[in-house]
Amino acid sequence: MAGFSVTRRRGLLAGAATLLADRRAAAQEDAPPWMRQQGSPVTTPPYGVPSRHEQTVIRRARVALKFPTASSSGTPLQDLHGIITPNGLHYERHHAGVPTVDPAEHRLLIHGLVDRPLIFTIDDILRFPSISQIHFLECSGNTPEFRDPKPNWTPQDTHGLLSCCEWTGVPLSTLLAEVGVHPSAKWVLAEGADAAAMSRSVPIAKAWDDAIVAYAQNGERLRPEQGYPLRLFLPGFEGNMSIKWLRRLKLGDQPFQTREETSKYTDLMPDGKGRQFTFIMEAKSVITRPAGGQQLRDPGFHEITGLAWSGRGRIRRVEVSTDGGTSWRSASLQEPILPKCLTRFRLPWTWDGGPAALRSRAIDDTGYVQPPREALVDVRGINSGYHFNAQQTWQIAQGGAVSNAV
Amino acid sequence: MRFDYLAPAICAAMAVVPASAEPRHYAFGRTPTEAEIAAENIDIRADGKGLPPGQGSVAQGRDIFAQTCAACHGDNGQGLLSDRLVGGFGTLKDHNPVRTVGSYWPYATTLFDYVRRAMPFNAPQSLTDDQVYAVSAYVLSMNGILPEDAVLNAANLPTIGMPNRNGFISPDPRPDVR
Repeated sequence: MAGFSVTRRRGLLAGAATLLADRRAAAQEDAPPWMRQQGSPVTTPPYGVPSRHEQTVIRRARVALKFPTASSSGTPLQDLHGIITPNGLHYERHHAGVPTVDPAEHRLLIHGLVDRPLIFTIDDILRFPSISQIHFLECSGNTPEFRDPKPNWTPQDTHGLLSCCEWTGVPLSTLLAEVGVHPSAKWVLAEGADAAAMSRSVPIAKAWDDAIVAYAQNGERLRPEQGYPLRLFLPGFEGNMSIKWLRRLKLGDQPFQTREETSKYTDLMPDGKGRQFTFIMEAKSVITRPAGGQQLRDPGFHEITGLAWSGRGRIRRVEVSTDGGTSWRSASLQEPILPKCLTRFRLPWTWDGGPAALRSRAIDDTGYVQPPREALVDVRGINSGYHFNAQQTWQIAQGGAVSNAV
Repeated sequence: MRFDYLAPAICAAMAVVPASAEPRHYAFGRTPTEAEIAAENIDIRADGKGLPPGQGSVAQGRDIFAQTCAACHGDNGQGLLSDRLVGGFGTLKDHNPVRTVGSYWPYATTLFDYVRRAMPFNAPQSLTDDQVYAVSAYVLSMNGILPEDAVLNAANLPTIGMPNRNGFISPDPRPDVR
Protein backbone atom coordinates (compact mmCIF):
# COMPACT_ATOMS: atom_id res chain seq x y z
CA MET A 1 0.00 0.00 0.00
CA ALA A 2 2.92 2.34 0.73
CA GLY A 3 3.81 2.31 -3.01
CA PHE A 4 0.53 3.85 -4.09
CA SER A 5 0.84 7.32 -5.41
CA VAL A 6 -1.71 9.91 -4.52
CA THR A 7 -2.64 10.13 -8.18
CA ARG A 8 -3.27 6.45 -8.45
CA ARG A 9 -5.35 6.40 -5.32
CA ARG A 10 -7.43 9.30 -6.61
CA GLY A 11 -7.92 7.41 -9.84
CA LEU A 12 -9.16 4.34 -8.02
CA LEU A 13 -11.54 6.36 -5.91
CA ALA A 14 -12.86 8.13 -8.99
CA GLY A 15 -13.35 4.76 -10.71
CA ALA A 16 -15.25 3.38 -7.73
CA ALA A 17 -17.46 6.46 -7.62
CA THR A 18 -18.30 6.08 -11.31
CA LEU A 19 -19.13 2.45 -10.81
CA LEU A 20 -21.40 3.36 -7.87
CA ALA A 21 -23.10 6.06 -9.94
CA ASP A 22 -23.71 3.58 -12.77
CA ARG A 23 -25.15 1.11 -10.38
CA ARG A 24 -27.40 3.73 -8.83
CA ALA A 25 -28.62 4.83 -12.25
CA ALA A 26 -29.43 1.24 -13.03
CA ALA A 27 -31.23 0.87 -9.70
CA GLN A 28 -33.30 3.96 -10.44
CA GLU A 29 -34.37 2.53 -13.75
CA ASP A 30 -35.29 -0.78 -12.14
CA ALA A 31 -37.09 0.64 -9.13
CA PRO A 32 -40.84 0.95 -9.47
CA PRO A 33 -42.13 4.54 -9.70
CA TRP A 34 -43.64 4.35 -6.22
CA MET A 35 -40.13 3.96 -4.80
CA ARG A 36 -38.73 7.02 -6.54
CA GLN A 37 -41.10 9.66 -5.20
CA GLN A 38 -43.01 10.48 -2.05
CA GLY A 39 -46.36 8.86 -1.74
CA SER A 40 -49.62 10.52 -0.76
CA PRO A 41 -49.62 12.51 2.49
CA VAL A 42 -51.47 11.38 5.57
CA THR A 43 -55.25 11.79 5.62
CA THR A 44 -55.68 11.42 1.86
CA PRO A 45 -58.47 10.62 2.30
CA PRO A 46 -59.27 11.15 6.00
CA TYR A 47 -61.40 7.99 5.97
CA GLY A 48 -59.37 5.36 4.16
CA VAL A 49 -60.69 3.39 1.20
CA PRO A 50 -59.41 0.21 -0.50
CA SER A 51 -56.72 0.35 -3.18
CA ARG A 52 -58.02 1.43 -6.56
CA HIS A 53 -56.83 -1.96 -7.79
CA GLU A 54 -59.52 -3.62 -5.64
CA GLN A 55 -62.46 -1.91 -7.28
CA THR A 56 -64.05 -5.18 -8.31
CA VAL A 57 -64.41 -6.20 -4.67
CA ILE A 58 -67.88 -4.77 -4.18
CA ARG A 59 -71.41 -5.72 -3.17
CA ARG A 60 -73.59 -6.77 -6.06
CA ALA A 61 -77.36 -6.86 -6.35
CA ARG A 62 -78.49 -10.43 -6.92
CA VAL A 63 -81.31 -9.90 -9.38
CA ALA A 64 -82.63 -7.22 -11.71
CA LEU A 65 -84.10 -4.52 -9.52
CA LYS A 66 -87.76 -3.71 -9.98
CA PHE A 67 -87.75 -2.01 -6.59
CA PRO A 68 -84.16 -1.09 -5.71
CA THR A 69 -85.14 0.02 -2.19
CA ALA A 70 -86.78 -3.32 -1.42
CA SER A 71 -83.94 -5.55 -2.49
CA SER A 72 -80.66 -7.14 -1.50
CA SER A 73 -76.96 -7.09 -2.35
CA GLY A 74 -74.40 -9.77 -1.61
CA THR A 75 -70.99 -9.78 0.06
CA PRO A 76 -68.13 -10.80 -2.31
CA LEU A 77 -67.16 -13.84 -0.22
CA GLN A 78 -64.80 -15.10 -2.93
CA ASP A 79 -62.59 -12.00 -2.53
CA LEU A 80 -62.44 -11.90 1.28
CA HIS A 81 -59.99 -13.43 3.74
CA GLY A 82 -60.35 -14.56 7.34
CA ILE A 83 -63.78 -14.23 8.93
CA ILE A 84 -64.48 -10.49 9.29
CA THR A 85 -66.58 -8.68 6.71
CA PRO A 86 -65.45 -5.08 6.14
CA ASN A 87 -68.30 -2.71 6.97
CA GLY A 88 -68.60 -1.41 3.43
CA LEU A 89 -69.05 -4.96 2.12
CA HIS A 90 -71.68 -6.20 4.61
CA TYR A 91 -74.61 -7.64 2.70
CA GLU A 92 -77.77 -5.58 2.41
CA ARG A 93 -81.41 -6.53 2.62
CA HIS A 94 -83.74 -3.58 2.95
CA HIS A 95 -87.52 -3.62 2.73
CA ALA A 96 -87.94 0.09 2.09
CA GLY A 97 -84.47 1.50 1.47
CA VAL A 98 -81.90 2.96 3.86
CA PRO A 99 -83.45 5.75 5.94
CA THR A 100 -81.38 8.79 6.87
CA VAL A 101 -81.95 8.82 10.61
CA ASP A 102 -80.80 11.78 12.73
CA PRO A 103 -79.31 10.23 15.89
CA ALA A 104 -80.20 13.34 17.88
CA GLU A 105 -83.87 12.77 17.12
CA HIS A 106 -83.93 8.98 17.24
CA ARG A 107 -85.54 7.29 20.26
CA LEU A 108 -86.01 3.72 21.44
CA LEU A 109 -89.32 3.06 23.18
CA ILE A 110 -89.79 -0.07 25.31
CA HIS A 111 -93.35 -0.68 26.44
CA GLY A 112 -96.20 -3.18 26.59
CA LEU A 113 -96.18 -5.82 29.35
CA VAL A 114 -93.59 -4.01 31.48
CA ASP A 115 -93.59 -2.33 34.89
CA ARG A 116 -91.96 0.88 33.71
CA PRO A 117 -92.16 1.84 30.03
CA LEU A 118 -89.05 3.80 29.10
CA ILE A 119 -87.88 5.92 26.19
CA PHE A 120 -84.16 6.20 25.46
CA THR A 121 -82.02 8.59 23.45
CA ILE A 122 -78.89 7.25 21.77
CA ASP A 123 -76.85 8.99 24.47
CA ASP A 124 -78.86 7.08 27.08
CA ILE A 125 -78.11 3.78 25.33
CA LEU A 126 -74.40 4.60 25.13
CA ARG A 127 -74.24 5.01 28.94
CA PHE A 128 -75.19 1.39 29.67
CA PRO A 129 -72.52 -1.29 30.22
CA SER A 130 -71.61 -2.57 26.76
CA ILE A 131 -70.70 -5.86 25.16
CA SER A 132 -68.86 -6.81 21.94
CA GLN A 133 -69.50 -10.09 20.14
CA ILE A 134 -68.35 -11.43 16.78
CA HIS A 135 -71.29 -13.04 14.98
CA PHE A 136 -72.40 -13.90 11.49
CA LEU A 137 -75.60 -12.52 10.03
CA GLU A 138 -77.32 -14.47 7.27
CA CYS A 139 -80.51 -13.75 5.35
CA SER A 140 -82.89 -16.71 5.44
CA GLY A 141 -83.23 -16.26 1.67
CA ASN A 142 -79.49 -16.83 1.21
CA THR A 143 -78.52 -19.55 -1.29
CA PRO A 144 -81.54 -19.51 -3.65
CA GLU A 145 -80.95 -23.05 -4.84
CA PHE A 146 -84.27 -24.77 -4.14
CA ARG A 147 -85.13 -23.89 -7.74
CA ASP A 148 -83.19 -23.19 -10.87
CA PRO A 149 -79.61 -22.63 -9.65
CA LYS A 150 -77.35 -21.20 -12.36
CA PRO A 151 -73.97 -22.69 -13.44
CA ASN A 152 -72.34 -19.24 -13.58
CA TRP A 153 -73.06 -18.37 -9.97
CA THR A 154 -70.15 -17.32 -7.75
CA PRO A 155 -70.03 -17.59 -3.94
CA GLN A 156 -71.35 -14.02 -3.92
CA ASP A 157 -74.41 -15.21 -5.84
CA THR A 158 -74.97 -18.42 -3.91
CA HIS A 159 -73.98 -17.42 -0.37
CA GLY A 160 -73.42 -13.64 -0.41
CA LEU A 161 -76.31 -12.76 1.91
CA LEU A 162 -73.89 -13.68 4.68
CA SER A 163 -71.51 -11.44 6.61
CA CYS A 164 -69.65 -11.44 9.92
CA CYS A 165 -68.77 -8.48 12.13
CA GLU A 166 -67.96 -7.57 15.69
CA TRP A 167 -71.14 -6.00 17.09
CA THR A 168 -71.05 -3.70 20.10
CA GLY A 169 -74.02 -2.55 22.09
CA VAL A 170 -76.09 -3.13 25.22
CA PRO A 171 -77.36 -6.61 26.07
CA LEU A 172 -81.11 -6.48 25.56
CA SER A 173 -81.41 -8.26 28.94
CA THR A 174 -80.01 -5.12 30.58
CA LEU A 175 -82.76 -2.98 29.07
CA LEU A 176 -85.43 -5.56 29.93
CA ALA A 177 -84.28 -5.45 33.55
CA GLU A 178 -84.64 -1.67 33.45
CA VAL A 179 -88.28 -1.78 32.35
CA GLY A 180 -89.25 -4.82 34.41
CA VAL A 181 -90.89 -7.55 32.32
CA HIS A 182 -94.26 -9.00 33.34
CA PRO A 183 -94.27 -12.79 33.78
CA SER A 184 -97.00 -12.99 31.12
CA ALA A 185 -94.73 -11.49 28.43
CA LYS A 186 -93.74 -14.18 25.94
CA TRP A 187 -92.85 -12.21 22.81
CA VAL A 188 -91.16 -8.94 21.92
CA LEU A 189 -92.21 -6.96 18.86
CA ALA A 190 -89.18 -5.21 17.34
CA GLU A 191 -89.91 -2.36 14.96
CA GLY A 192 -87.67 -0.28 12.71
CA ALA A 193 -87.77 3.40 11.76
CA ASP A 194 -87.61 2.73 8.03
CA ALA A 195 -90.42 3.28 5.52
CA ALA A 196 -91.53 -0.34 6.02
CA ALA A 197 -91.67 0.12 9.80
CA MET A 198 -90.19 -3.38 9.52
CA SER A 199 -91.47 -5.53 12.36
CA ARG A 200 -90.91 -9.02 13.74
CA SER A 201 -91.89 -10.91 16.88
CA VAL A 202 -88.97 -12.25 18.92
CA PRO A 203 -89.46 -14.97 21.55
CA ILE A 204 -88.79 -13.67 25.06
CA ALA A 205 -86.20 -16.38 25.74
CA LYS A 206 -84.04 -15.06 22.89
CA ALA A 207 -84.45 -11.50 24.16
CA TRP A 208 -83.11 -12.53 27.59
CA ASP A 209 -80.41 -14.84 26.19
CA ASP A 210 -77.98 -13.16 23.81
CA ALA A 211 -79.83 -10.37 21.99
CA ILE A 212 -77.89 -7.11 21.61
CA VAL A 213 -79.17 -3.60 21.04
CA ALA A 214 -76.19 -2.65 18.89
CA TYR A 215 -74.76 0.73 17.94
CA ALA A 216 -71.35 -0.25 16.59
CA GLN A 217 -69.91 -2.63 14.01
CA ASN A 218 -66.25 -3.55 13.61
CA GLY A 219 -65.15 -0.73 15.88
CA GLU A 220 -67.14 2.13 14.39
CA ARG A 221 -70.72 3.22 14.69
CA LEU A 222 -73.16 1.25 12.56
CA ARG A 223 -73.26 1.97 8.87
CA PRO A 224 -76.58 3.45 7.68
CA GLU A 225 -77.21 0.23 5.71
CA GLN A 226 -76.85 -1.73 8.94
CA GLY A 227 -79.28 0.30 11.00
CA TYR A 228 -77.55 3.51 12.12
CA PRO A 229 -77.91 4.65 14.81
CA LEU A 230 -79.39 1.54 16.50
CA ARG A 231 -80.28 -2.02 15.57
CA LEU A 232 -81.35 -5.23 17.19
CA PHE A 233 -78.90 -8.10 16.76
CA LEU A 234 -80.07 -11.68 17.33
CA PRO A 235 -77.08 -14.05 17.06
CA GLY A 236 -77.80 -17.13 14.93
CA PHE A 237 -81.31 -16.03 13.91
CA GLU A 238 -82.41 -15.27 10.34
CA GLY A 239 -81.17 -11.82 9.40
CA ASN A 240 -84.46 -9.98 8.92
CA MET A 241 -85.28 -10.40 12.63
CA SER A 242 -82.30 -8.26 13.64
CA ILE A 243 -84.41 -5.15 13.07
CA LYS A 244 -82.41 -2.18 11.80
CA TRP A 245 -83.04 1.46 12.77
CA LEU A 246 -84.65 0.04 15.91
CA ARG A 247 -87.22 2.43 17.34
CA ARG A 248 -89.57 0.30 19.44
CA LEU A 249 -89.72 -2.88 21.49
CA LYS A 250 -93.15 -3.97 22.74
CA LEU A 251 -93.64 -6.91 25.07
CA GLY A 252 -96.73 -9.03 24.52
CA ASP A 253 -98.19 -12.39 25.49
CA GLN A 254 -98.44 -13.73 21.91
CA PRO A 255 -96.67 -13.26 18.58
CA PHE A 256 -97.83 -10.17 16.71
CA GLN A 257 -98.34 -12.03 13.37
CA THR A 258 -96.70 -9.33 11.26
CA ARG A 259 -96.58 -9.57 7.48
CA GLU A 260 -92.89 -10.58 7.72
CA GLU A 261 -93.72 -13.68 9.79
CA THR A 262 -96.85 -14.80 7.92
CA SER A 263 -96.89 -13.77 4.27
CA LYS A 264 -93.08 -13.72 4.08
CA TYR A 265 -90.31 -15.61 5.88
CA THR A 266 -92.49 -18.70 6.30
CA ASP A 267 -91.36 -21.91 4.63
CA LEU A 268 -93.92 -23.65 2.42
CA MET A 269 -93.69 -27.42 2.72
CA PRO A 270 -94.72 -30.08 0.14
CA ASP A 271 -98.00 -30.74 2.01
CA GLY A 272 -99.00 -27.09 1.54
CA LYS A 273 -98.38 -26.11 5.15
CA GLY A 274 -96.17 -23.15 5.95
CA ARG A 275 -93.54 -23.53 8.63
CA GLN A 276 -93.67 -20.41 10.76
CA PHE A 277 -91.08 -18.98 13.17
CA THR A 278 -88.14 -20.85 11.63
CA PHE A 279 -85.66 -18.61 13.38
CA ILE A 280 -82.34 -20.45 13.56
CA MET A 281 -79.86 -20.51 10.69
CA GLU A 282 -78.71 -24.13 10.64
CA ALA A 283 -75.13 -25.32 10.14
CA LYS A 284 -73.80 -24.53 6.69
CA SER A 285 -70.53 -24.10 4.81
CA VAL A 286 -69.22 -22.97 1.46
CA ILE A 287 -65.86 -23.21 -0.27
CA THR A 288 -64.88 -19.68 -1.36
CA ARG A 289 -61.71 -20.67 -3.28
CA PRO A 290 -61.59 -22.43 -5.69
CA ALA A 291 -65.19 -21.57 -6.45
CA GLY A 292 -67.64 -20.66 -9.19
CA GLY A 293 -66.45 -18.02 -11.63
CA GLN A 294 -62.76 -18.73 -10.95
CA GLN A 295 -60.12 -20.30 -13.16
CA LEU A 296 -57.34 -22.58 -11.89
CA ARG A 297 -54.18 -21.76 -13.86
CA ASP A 298 -51.77 -24.58 -13.20
CA PRO A 299 -51.96 -28.12 -11.85
CA GLY A 300 -50.21 -28.55 -8.53
CA PHE A 301 -50.78 -27.10 -5.09
CA HIS A 302 -54.00 -25.21 -4.42
CA GLU A 303 -55.39 -24.33 -1.03
CA ILE A 304 -59.07 -25.08 -0.66
CA THR A 305 -60.58 -22.57 1.73
CA GLY A 306 -64.02 -21.50 2.83
CA LEU A 307 -66.38 -20.57 5.63
CA ALA A 308 -68.55 -22.58 8.01
CA TRP A 309 -71.12 -21.41 10.54
CA SER A 310 -74.06 -22.51 12.68
CA GLY A 311 -76.83 -20.54 14.33
CA ARG A 312 -76.86 -23.11 17.13
CA GLY A 313 -73.27 -22.75 18.32
CA ARG A 314 -69.70 -23.53 17.36
CA ILE A 315 -68.41 -25.37 14.33
CA ARG A 316 -66.92 -28.67 15.46
CA ARG A 317 -65.60 -29.98 12.15
CA VAL A 318 -65.61 -29.23 8.43
CA GLU A 319 -65.10 -31.98 5.90
CA VAL A 320 -64.10 -31.42 2.30
CA SER A 321 -64.56 -33.67 -0.70
CA THR A 322 -62.83 -33.23 -4.05
CA ASP A 323 -64.84 -36.01 -5.70
CA GLY A 324 -68.35 -34.66 -5.21
CA GLY A 325 -69.04 -36.29 -1.86
CA THR A 326 -67.69 -39.81 -2.32
CA SER A 327 -64.70 -39.38 -0.01
CA TRP A 328 -64.13 -36.73 2.69
CA ARG A 329 -61.17 -35.24 4.53
CA SER A 330 -61.21 -33.02 7.60
CA ALA A 331 -60.18 -29.44 6.96
CA SER A 332 -58.13 -27.44 9.45
CA LEU A 333 -60.14 -24.83 11.35
CA GLN A 334 -58.64 -21.40 11.93
CA GLU A 335 -58.90 -20.04 15.47
CA PRO A 336 -60.91 -18.37 16.84
CA ILE A 337 -63.80 -20.82 16.61
CA LEU A 338 -66.65 -18.80 18.12
CA PRO A 339 -70.34 -19.63 18.61
CA LYS A 340 -72.72 -18.28 15.96
CA CYS A 341 -69.74 -16.92 14.06
CA LEU A 342 -68.02 -17.67 10.76
CA THR A 343 -65.15 -20.15 11.03
CA ARG A 344 -62.48 -20.17 8.32
CA PHE A 345 -61.41 -23.62 7.12
CA ARG A 346 -58.55 -24.69 4.89
CA LEU A 347 -57.34 -27.86 3.21
CA PRO A 348 -54.15 -28.26 1.15
CA TRP A 349 -54.87 -29.88 -2.20
CA THR A 350 -52.93 -30.94 -5.28
CA TRP A 351 -54.92 -30.52 -8.45
CA ASP A 352 -53.99 -32.98 -11.17
CA GLY A 353 -55.39 -30.78 -13.92
CA GLY A 354 -58.45 -32.93 -14.48
CA PRO A 355 -62.12 -32.65 -13.51
CA ALA A 356 -62.97 -32.42 -9.82
CA ALA A 357 -66.02 -31.59 -7.71
CA LEU A 358 -65.27 -29.60 -4.56
CA ARG A 359 -67.79 -29.82 -1.76
CA SER A 360 -67.80 -29.07 1.97
CA ARG A 361 -70.01 -30.06 4.88
CA ALA A 362 -70.12 -28.48 8.33
CA ILE A 363 -70.74 -30.30 11.60
CA ASP A 364 -71.69 -28.09 14.55
CA ASP A 365 -71.34 -28.74 18.25
CA THR A 366 -74.85 -30.19 18.45
CA GLY A 367 -73.59 -32.99 16.14
CA TYR A 368 -75.81 -31.81 13.27
CA VAL A 369 -74.31 -32.50 9.84
CA GLN A 370 -75.00 -30.14 6.94
CA PRO A 371 -77.15 -32.21 4.56
CA PRO A 372 -76.64 -32.92 0.87
CA ARG A 373 -79.12 -31.17 -1.41
CA GLU A 374 -81.12 -34.34 -2.09
CA ALA A 375 -81.74 -34.95 1.63
CA LEU A 376 -82.89 -31.36 2.19
CA VAL A 377 -85.21 -31.28 -0.83
CA ASP A 378 -86.56 -34.71 0.08
CA VAL A 379 -88.01 -33.24 3.27
CA ARG A 380 -88.67 -29.64 2.33
CA GLY A 381 -89.58 -29.86 -1.34
CA ILE A 382 -88.65 -26.93 -3.58
CA ASN A 383 -91.18 -24.30 -2.46
CA SER A 384 -89.69 -23.67 0.95
CA GLY A 385 -87.77 -20.66 -0.35
CA TYR A 386 -85.91 -19.91 2.85
CA HIS A 387 -83.31 -21.75 4.93
CA PHE A 388 -81.52 -23.59 2.13
CA ASN A 389 -78.45 -24.93 3.94
CA ALA A 390 -77.46 -27.88 1.76
CA GLN A 391 -73.90 -28.75 0.76
CA GLN A 392 -72.54 -26.63 -2.08
CA THR A 393 -70.56 -28.23 -4.92
CA TRP A 394 -68.21 -26.43 -7.30
CA GLN A 395 -67.38 -28.29 -10.51
CA ILE A 396 -63.83 -27.98 -11.85
CA ALA A 397 -63.61 -28.75 -15.54
CA GLN A 398 -60.62 -30.14 -17.44
CA GLY A 399 -58.53 -27.01 -17.89
CA GLY A 400 -59.51 -25.42 -14.59
CA ALA A 401 -62.73 -23.47 -15.17
CA VAL A 402 -64.87 -23.58 -11.99
CA SER A 403 -68.66 -23.46 -12.07
CA ASN A 404 -71.68 -24.06 -9.84
CA ALA A 405 -72.55 -27.77 -10.07
CA VAL A 406 -76.27 -27.81 -10.84
CA MET B 1 -73.95 -27.75 53.61
CA ARG B 2 -71.53 -27.87 50.77
CA PHE B 3 -71.43 -24.09 50.52
CA ASP B 4 -70.68 -23.43 54.18
CA TYR B 5 -66.92 -23.58 53.94
CA LEU B 6 -66.99 -21.36 50.85
CA ALA B 7 -68.87 -18.57 52.55
CA PRO B 8 -65.80 -16.72 53.90
CA ALA B 9 -64.16 -16.83 50.45
CA ILE B 10 -67.30 -15.46 48.79
CA CYS B 11 -67.50 -12.65 51.35
CA ALA B 12 -63.86 -11.81 50.76
CA ALA B 13 -64.37 -11.73 47.01
CA MET B 14 -67.40 -9.50 47.35
CA ALA B 15 -65.52 -7.14 49.60
CA VAL B 16 -63.17 -6.02 46.81
CA VAL B 17 -66.09 -5.06 44.52
CA PRO B 18 -67.76 -1.79 45.44
CA ALA B 19 -71.43 -2.39 46.07
CA SER B 20 -72.30 0.50 43.74
CA ALA B 21 -70.57 -0.98 40.64
CA GLU B 22 -73.77 -2.42 39.21
CA PRO B 23 -76.85 -0.60 40.42
CA ARG B 24 -80.15 -2.40 40.43
CA HIS B 25 -81.39 0.17 37.95
CA TYR B 26 -79.31 2.59 35.94
CA ALA B 27 -82.23 4.99 35.62
CA PHE B 28 -81.18 6.18 32.16
CA GLY B 29 -83.95 7.20 29.82
CA ARG B 30 -87.26 8.58 31.00
CA THR B 31 -90.89 7.62 31.31
CA PRO B 32 -92.74 8.28 28.04
CA THR B 33 -96.02 10.14 28.07
CA GLU B 34 -99.18 8.32 27.04
CA ALA B 35 -99.22 10.46 23.90
CA GLU B 36 -95.65 9.46 23.02
CA ILE B 37 -96.53 5.77 23.37
CA ALA B 38 -99.73 6.19 21.36
CA ALA B 39 -97.88 7.91 18.53
CA GLU B 40 -95.60 4.88 18.03
CA ASN B 41 -97.94 2.09 19.09
CA ILE B 42 -99.12 1.18 15.58
CA ASP B 43 -99.11 -2.63 15.65
CA ILE B 44 -102.32 -4.63 15.26
CA ARG B 45 -102.51 -8.07 16.84
CA ALA B 46 -104.29 -11.06 15.36
CA ASP B 47 -107.11 -10.63 17.90
CA GLY B 48 -107.61 -7.05 16.72
CA LYS B 49 -105.97 -5.37 19.69
CA GLY B 50 -104.61 -2.07 18.46
CA LEU B 51 -107.16 -1.51 15.70
CA PRO B 52 -108.12 2.17 15.57
CA PRO B 53 -111.64 3.63 15.38
CA GLY B 54 -113.02 4.16 11.91
CA GLN B 55 -114.48 2.17 9.04
CA GLY B 56 -114.27 1.69 5.29
CA SER B 57 -116.38 -0.01 2.63
CA VAL B 58 -115.49 -2.23 -0.30
CA ALA B 59 -116.81 0.46 -2.64
CA GLN B 60 -114.58 3.14 -1.11
CA GLY B 61 -111.66 0.73 -1.23
CA ARG B 62 -112.16 0.13 -4.95
CA ASP B 63 -111.46 3.79 -5.70
CA ILE B 64 -108.47 3.99 -3.36
CA PHE B 65 -107.03 0.79 -4.84
CA ALA B 66 -107.35 2.12 -8.39
CA GLN B 67 -105.57 5.34 -7.46
CA THR B 68 -102.85 4.12 -5.10
CA CYS B 69 -102.33 0.37 -5.48
CA ALA B 70 -103.19 -0.80 -9.00
CA ALA B 71 -100.04 0.60 -10.61
CA CYS B 72 -97.95 -2.04 -8.84
CA HIS B 73 -100.46 -4.77 -7.96
CA GLY B 74 -102.57 -4.66 -11.16
CA ASP B 75 -106.09 -3.38 -11.69
CA ASN B 76 -107.62 -6.51 -10.19
CA GLY B 77 -104.84 -7.36 -7.76
CA GLN B 78 -103.48 -9.91 -10.23
CA GLY B 79 -99.90 -8.73 -9.67
CA LEU B 80 -97.82 -6.52 -11.93
CA LEU B 81 -94.55 -4.99 -10.76
CA SER B 82 -95.27 -6.23 -7.26
CA ASP B 83 -97.01 -9.12 -5.52
CA ARG B 84 -100.21 -10.72 -6.69
CA LEU B 85 -102.88 -10.16 -4.03
CA VAL B 86 -105.80 -12.20 -5.30
CA GLY B 87 -106.59 -15.86 -5.95
CA GLY B 88 -104.30 -18.88 -5.88
CA PHE B 89 -106.70 -20.90 -3.73
CA GLY B 90 -105.82 -24.57 -3.52
CA THR B 91 -102.37 -24.13 -5.10
CA LEU B 92 -100.16 -24.37 -2.01
CA LYS B 93 -99.22 -28.01 -2.75
CA ASP B 94 -98.64 -27.34 -6.45
CA HIS B 95 -95.31 -27.21 -8.25
CA ASN B 96 -95.86 -23.48 -8.61
CA PRO B 97 -97.90 -22.35 -5.60
CA VAL B 98 -99.56 -18.94 -5.73
CA ARG B 99 -99.34 -17.22 -2.36
CA THR B 100 -101.70 -14.26 -2.05
CA VAL B 101 -103.61 -12.46 0.68
CA GLY B 102 -106.50 -14.77 -0.11
CA SER B 103 -104.69 -18.07 -0.46
CA TYR B 104 -101.90 -17.73 2.11
CA TRP B 105 -102.27 -14.95 4.68
CA PRO B 106 -103.62 -16.40 7.96
CA TYR B 107 -104.98 -13.18 9.50
CA ALA B 108 -106.94 -10.25 8.06
CA THR B 109 -105.51 -8.05 10.83
CA THR B 110 -102.05 -8.49 9.27
CA LEU B 111 -103.35 -6.94 6.05
CA PHE B 112 -104.57 -3.84 7.89
CA ASP B 113 -101.33 -3.62 9.90
CA TYR B 114 -99.09 -3.94 6.86
CA VAL B 115 -101.01 -1.53 4.65
CA ARG B 116 -101.09 1.05 7.41
CA ARG B 117 -97.37 0.81 8.25
CA ALA B 118 -95.80 0.28 4.83
CA MET B 119 -98.18 0.99 1.93
CA PRO B 120 -98.50 2.56 -0.55
CA PHE B 121 -94.88 1.89 -1.37
CA ASN B 122 -94.22 5.42 -2.63
CA ALA B 123 -95.94 7.09 0.36
CA PRO B 124 -96.09 4.84 3.43
CA GLN B 125 -98.36 5.92 6.31
CA SER B 126 -100.16 8.39 4.04
CA LEU B 127 -103.59 6.70 4.16
CA THR B 128 -106.12 7.57 6.86
CA ASP B 129 -107.39 4.77 9.09
CA ASP B 130 -110.73 4.87 7.23
CA GLN B 131 -108.87 4.46 3.93
CA VAL B 132 -106.90 1.50 5.31
CA TYR B 133 -110.14 -0.17 6.40
CA ALA B 134 -111.58 0.49 2.95
CA VAL B 135 -108.65 -0.80 0.92
CA SER B 136 -108.38 -3.87 3.19
CA ALA B 137 -112.08 -4.53 2.58
CA TYR B 138 -111.58 -4.26 -1.18
CA VAL B 139 -108.61 -6.65 -1.27
CA LEU B 140 -110.58 -9.19 0.81
CA SER B 141 -113.61 -8.72 -1.41
CA MET B 142 -111.59 -9.33 -4.59
CA ASN B 143 -110.61 -12.64 -2.95
CA GLY B 144 -114.25 -13.52 -2.32
CA ILE B 145 -113.67 -13.39 1.43
CA LEU B 146 -115.97 -10.38 1.94
CA PRO B 147 -119.21 -9.51 0.08
CA GLU B 148 -119.37 -6.45 -2.16
CA ASP B 149 -121.41 -4.50 0.37
CA ALA B 150 -119.11 -5.12 3.33
CA VAL B 151 -117.96 -2.34 5.65
CA LEU B 152 -114.91 -3.08 7.79
CA ASN B 153 -114.25 -1.75 11.28
CA ALA B 154 -112.35 -2.66 14.44
CA ALA B 155 -115.10 -5.02 15.59
CA ASN B 156 -115.54 -7.18 12.50
CA LEU B 157 -112.04 -7.20 10.95
CA PRO B 158 -110.59 -9.67 13.53
CA THR B 159 -113.56 -12.03 13.07
CA ILE B 160 -112.88 -12.64 9.37
CA GLY B 161 -112.08 -16.31 8.77
CA MET B 162 -109.11 -16.37 6.43
CA PRO B 163 -109.02 -19.52 4.23
CA ASN B 164 -105.45 -20.43 5.23
CA ARG B 165 -105.89 -19.68 8.93
CA ASN B 166 -104.81 -23.22 9.87
CA GLY B 167 -102.16 -23.48 7.18
CA PHE B 168 -99.13 -22.91 9.40
CA ILE B 169 -97.01 -25.18 11.56
CA SER B 170 -95.49 -23.82 14.71
CA PRO B 171 -93.85 -23.81 17.22
CA ASP B 172 -91.78 -26.88 16.26
CA PRO B 173 -91.29 -26.04 12.65
CA ARG B 174 -88.20 -27.98 11.60
CA PRO B 175 -88.08 -31.45 13.14
CA ASP B 176 -85.89 -32.61 10.27
CA VAL B 177 -82.94 -30.53 11.40
CA ARG B 178 -83.08 -31.12 15.15
